Amino acid sequence: MSDWVEACEAADIDEEDVMRFDHGGRTFAIYRSPDDEYFATDGLCSHEKVHLADGLVMDDIIECPKHNGRFNYKTGAARGAPVCVNLRTYPVKVDAGKVLIQIG
Amino acid sequence: MTKAMVIIGAGECGGRAALVLRDLGFEGPVTLVGDEPHLPYERPPLSKEAMTGEAPAIKAIASDEILAERSIRHIHSVQAVAIDRAAHVVRLSDGSALPYDKLLLATGSLPRKLPMPGLGARCVYLRTFNDAKAIHAHLRAGNRVAIVGGGFIGLELAASARKLGADVTVVEAQPRILMRGVPAEIAEIIHKQHEAEGVTILAGQGISAIADEGAEVRITLAGGLEVVADLAIIGIGAVPVTALAAEAGLAIDNGIAVDAELRTCDPDIFAAGDCCSFPLAVYGGRRVRLEAWRNAQEQGALAARNMLGAGEAHAAVPWFWSDQYGLTLQIAGLSDEGHSVVRRDLEDGAFILFHLAGDGRLVAASGIGPGNAVARDIRLAEMLIAKRAKPAPEALGSQTVKLKSLLAA
Repeated sequence: MSDWVEACEAADIDEEDVMRFDHGGRTFAIYRSPDDEYFATDGLCSHEKVHLADGLVMDDIIECPKHNGRFNYKTGAARGAPVCVNLRTYPVKVDAGKVLIQIG
Repeated sequence: MTKAMVIIGAGECGGRAALVLRDLGFEGPVTLVGDEPHLPYERPPLSKEAMTGEAPAIKAIASDEILAERSIRHIHSVQAVAIDRAAHVVRLSDGSALPYDKLLLATGSLPRKLPMPGLGARCVYLRTFNDAKAIHAHLRAGNRVAIVGGGFIGLELAASARKLGADVTVVEAQPRILMRGVPAEIAEIIHKQHEAEGVTILAGQGISAIADEGAEVRITLAGGLEVVADLAIIGIGAVPVTALAAEAGLAIDNGIAVDAELRTCDPDIFAAGDCCSFPLAVYGGRRVRLEAWRNAQEQGALAARNMLGAGEAHAAVPWFWSDQYGLTLQIAGLSDEGHSVVRRDLEDGAFILFHLAGDGRLVAASGIGPGNAVARDIRLAEMLIAKRAKPAPEALGSQTVKLKSLLAA
């Protein structure tokens, strides 16, 4: 199993918002849901490789800033044209005020 | 009883409609008719990513496998030549006939032709993938490219041509670039960026003559200037493809006229995307025609739902974007509905202009900045416009007030 990586402070992300996290040449998106849970997905949209962290979070949906493709960031499921390929998700935990993600 | 669905036009709109019919569980025959030889593909990259790579590549909306898996019959390289409304049959250029229960016209638009003599093989237009391939072959260092028309297509092509090293001159008859739908403050940023990248922009210069002879094109401007180029790309707007509908007796009004459910005056025939004009609910039913990728996609999906009887009215707010160099412009709504403007500055020089109607209602938002700097706020503005919100101008103009908080109000 791979290690947990510290991504940011839990307080760095507003509720119902998203933040970009780069690590080891890869890019991720870390989400804080309206009910204060944290999630992580691949950082780039599966349609045209745009950073999802520039997009809008609404409930459990992240919307791509470029073409409004939608994903459920909790499951990675593609939720609307033009996206049809799901996002990979990663386990997340909050420990002592830090958000950690497990990068596989 | 199983119904047959026929879609004329295999672009973003038609392709999307076919997929959505299946998403909704429709099990009868779905036939998609296109006059190009390709799979349904996305057109926006043609002036941008496809134009700057080694060789243009198709970005398909649906692969052959997806079409087969979803039992969508794609008839390519064929034109629909007539609709027999009484018999519910579409006749095709290969002599065959397709019976339909519901028909969707997603015939799109074609480049507006420059109405003057003298145009030859070195004067080209961009609409299709094949057009893009032909243009791409000319974009290289040392080649001179003249672009007629300072609209989105022309300016995106100018940026792509510069990226490949060509010398670029843009000729625009209007006093400035992007006269249609883009505020002057934003057009100026784009103008300066093009000049910084080495593009010559000649605005306010009508064309008095074109001579396309031998190895070059000579464009003579009304003021006497002459632009000499190896290739002239003409991007002066688009006209809806309506002949098929008109000949079938359907109402035409700046495009195939449809109601809020995208239905033509024949209840079994729908039209969607660039080819249709429709009442825009968010502006009190003002009839518009939009030439935009997202509109094509949304209307294709809406038409599919209504072909299956959803009876759903169009409610979306117009939205479009353009990428040039590292800049992205996004506009939600129609800025000509506005009477006053509030500016909101964001990071990295990005900014958004909010357009307010006389009664304080937010009617449009135009933003520009590097990368996707304006995307989130433009999206929120779009939602505010859809809600017919009247946000306080001070709040819109203040960086410290989150737009999301205005949405909840």
